[in-house]
Amino acid sequence: MSVEIKVSGQTVTAFIKGDIDHHTAGEMRRLIDNSIDLNTPSLLSLDFSGVSFMDSSGIGLVMGRYRNLSKYGGSLRITGAGEQIYKVMKLAGLEKLAILEK
Amino acid sequence: MTAVNKFSMNMMSKSANEGFARAAVSAFVSQLDPTLEEINDIKTAVSEAVTNCIVHAYKEGYGKIYISAEIFDNKSVKITVRDKGCGIENVNKAMEPLFTTVGGERAGLGFAVMQSFMDNVKVRSKIGKGTTVVMEKRISLRYSANAQK
Repeated sequence: MSVEIKVSGQTVTAFIKGDIDHHTAGEMRRLIDNSIDLNTPSLLSLDFSGVSFMDSSGIGLVMGRYRNLSKYGGSLRITGAGEQIYKVMKLAGLEKLAILEK
Repeated sequence: MTAVNKFSMNMMSKSANEGFARAAVSAFVSQLDPTLEEINDIKTAVSEAVTNCIVHAYKEGYGKIYISAEIFDNKSVKITVRDKGCGIENVNKAMEPLFTTVGGERAGLGFAVMQSFMDNVKVRSKIGKGTTVVMEKRISLRYSANAQK
């Protein structure tokens, strides 16, 4: 489990790696929020291409970051979600909160 | 419908075991030669059921989570996740999407994921005694060496 953060202008990209479950989501949340607090990006891009598995804890992770960004008008993009992850995201209707790019 | 294979295990309700639980069940089910999507559905559902035990049933501390899986001759699998935790006051309410009793970032989608990814989900619960979740899924028939055994 890890999150690698890249900042480019007004965009923060978080490259999430490993399984997202209740065990790992807390630390991922902390790392991403640190960067939101520090940079207040206009766009947060969550890159899921390194995520091997995600359950509904990942939905909580995305929805929580969406709430934090909304406070100041930032937007959210999700990229690189594999089939299993995309299926969980669609079930939760995440496409209503974020730009969902497969 | 006859059971042709079964495994059972128990583990401490530590969040570090969530990955172990879904890996163990998916490894057992793999003898039915499921598609990648089917195995992912099962992994996700098991992860939700086990997380519920950790976050809700044993919220005050640690307890044992009992997991078993049975394979039937019609290529279906029945997975049981049981705890001896606090129990659920209103099972129907708990199963409503987005309903959650804990704050933080739980999305309240655990049962919704289980119901969506499995063919059948049954929940029995008694306050102070614990909760049993039984999930069934039919694995598609494909031609393979394993299917003949």
